[in-house]
Amino acid sequence: MGFDQYHEPPEELPERTRTFARLCASLTEEAEAIGWYEQRLAVERDAQASAIMRDALGEEFKHFCMDLEFLLRSTPLWREIARGILFQEGDIVEHGEQSEEHAVEGAAAQGAPLAGSTSLGIGSLRGGAA
Amino acid sequence: MSHLLREHAPITEAVWRLIDEEARERLKPALAARKLVDFSGPHGWERSAANLGRARSLAAAPVEGVSAARRRVLELVELRAPFALAREELRDADRGARDIDLGTLDEAARRIATAENGAVFHGWGEAGIAGIAEASTHEPIALGEDCDRYPRHVARAVEMLLEAGVGGPYGLALGPEPYTRVLETAEHGGYPLLEHLREIIGGPLVWAPGVAGAVLVSQRGGDFVLDVGEDLSIGYDAHDTDSVALYIEESFTFQVLTGEAAVALTL
Repeated sequence: MGFDQYHEPPEELPERTRTFARLCASLTEEAEAIGWYEQRLAVERDAQASAIMRDALGEEFKHFCMDLEFLLRSTPLWREIARGILFQEGDIVEHGEQSEEHAVEGAAAQGAPLAGSTSLGIGSLRGGAA
Repeated sequence: MSHLLREHAPITEAVWRLIDEEARERLKPALAARKLVDFSGPHGWERSAANLGRARSLAAAPVEGVSAARRRVLELVELRAPFALAREELRDADRGARDIDLGTLDEAARRIATAENGAVFHGWGEAGIAGIAEASTHEPIALGEDCDRYPRHVARAVEMLLEAGVGGPYGLALGPEPYTRVLETAEHGGYPLLEHLREIIGGPLVWAPGVAGAVLVSQRGGDFVLDVGEDLSIGYDAHDTDSVALYIEESFTFQVLTGEAAVALTL
């Protein structure tokens, strides 16, 4: 069995990053499976077989959402950007641009840690002191 | 691997998380300056100086017919508070013990937070940092020990900022001594003095270890900047069979941009 989810030597990666990479790989696999089931269902003529695959597709939706939620919980900036895009009406690209700008600027103003930093991530404490 | 060398410490990832969380819990209540001044960064450990945008003319250049100026910068200072943890305690933490003795870490957190506050509010000559109290262009107000007069003094300080055209809201950094007095005092009618002071300043009132007396600062922004290179981090130094030597570290400098935007209240 390979360890393709790692782009860097696994022994050099902290445990948290290895877990993050595993869940990213899992998310990719669930998305692929959803795509495959959609294609199979599009050509399947047997009603029973279609029902089984629709049931399986529901499982893949659930797995994808659980993986995504885990990744968002462990990445505050990603979660903040997602908050402005997911479940919103209107232009997706516009929401994406606005959400990214807002989240990145907000994080920078609060002294968010640099990428890869092992600091305590304290930054600015303005706004929560009174 | 970063210069903190955390990977070399005989500490499991679970215990590192415990240590980092304990440090955050101890640091945040004490980091008064970060609750009141603008924050720039973190810019990383490699940052050595903040740009002042100013230059000093040099009398002579190596070649005739060439003028020269030397840029002025504000160098960052490195703060480090060492502490040691017993390896037996760390092993107990891995076993699931929830009452680990992290007293030395707590003390180191208090020391470094106090040092940061002291540099910001009272300056640090050798580090090239002018503090808010000393850079203030206003006459200091004597706070004294009589708590009943604190609202009057703080209101006077607010008035001085308003007269100088410095808008609010305002924030008050209160040193440990006056903070305790304020906390223990209720005015006539039982109204807490703390709440009365908050109403006068319209902004945060913070406990500020490292501050002597109190400092009132405008919260409009753009007047005071804490420029951070490496934000507070825990690194590894050495270990033996009994203990692990660690440290809390940061690099920063501080600049007062508007001396009119603060008033010092002395003890």
